[in-house]
Amino acid sequence: MIINHPLLGPRDASEFTYLGDAALIDRPDWQAENAADAFYEYGYLRDNPSGEHQELWYHEAGDRSWLVVTRNTLTHEISKVELARDVARARGRSK
Amino acid sequence: MHDLVAITALGGTEPRVDTIAGVTCTEVPGVALASVAARLGEEANCVKALGDLIEAPTPEVGQWAGATISAFWSGPDQWMVEAPFESHEDLPGQTKAAMAGTASVTEQTDGWARFDLSGDNISSVLELLCQLDLRKISAGSADRCSIHHIGCFVLCRTPEHFSIYGPRSSAGSLHHAIVTAMRSAL
Repeated sequence: MIINHPLLGPRDASEFTYLGDAALIDRPDWQAENAADAFYEYGYLRDNPSGEHQELWYHEAGDRSWLVVTRNTLTHEISKVELARDVARARGRSK
Repeated sequence: MHDLVAITALGGTEPRVDTIAGVTCTEVPGVALASVAARLGEEANCVKALGDLIEAPTPEVGQWAGATISAFWSGPDQWMVEAPFESHEDLPGQTKAAMAGTASVTEQTDGWARFDLSGDNISSVLELLCQLDLRKISAGSADRCSIHHIGCFVLCRTPEHFSIYGPRSSAGSLHHAIVTAMRSAL
């Protein structure tokens, strides 16, 4: 499998390590009223879609950047690769 | 009064030199290093300050630039600055002053061991060592990759001269990997 790194171009998947669902970016507010429930959901509950899935990958044997990879779990086709920091900032993080 | 003897990353008093079939691997101990990571919102100012420090345009993705003080790209908004230790022992201090608060600077001197490869047929050694696309590499390239599971930087000074930086604590393993590949490929 080849992952097309947004900065470095196509790299072999063996250079990367997989973390999991990119929903991990959406860490709940720990001060919210429902924080306990939100963290239970954040920590333990995952969607398991057949089809498009956004995943966090780490370019360990490369520039050490975190990526959000959109991959089809049925065909393994990778349709989009973004820097995780860009995705996180687009969702209002790190401001 | 202590009587301490300076040793190289491989433990010798002199840098190790191995020559196999026209390619020479040289241990290079005399390098001062500092890492530069741009602070959030200061990325553009950091690029400008770093360019002023190395007196060259700040290297883009996968590149190195500079002369006496040079820098190579190590990740998004991150660079490593290198200079001769003899003349720039205080490189981290100098870099921190030059960055003027636009970046976080960390001393990396002696955190890394450097091996330089020189000769005509280096690419046949590198293609055994790492997964980099050697057809895309030319003078000015700087890439991070894994060599025998050791995270290394590979810099192409000229097609006949490469530098490999690896963690100093793995210097022996990295040197073994390089020399084994040289024996095998050349």
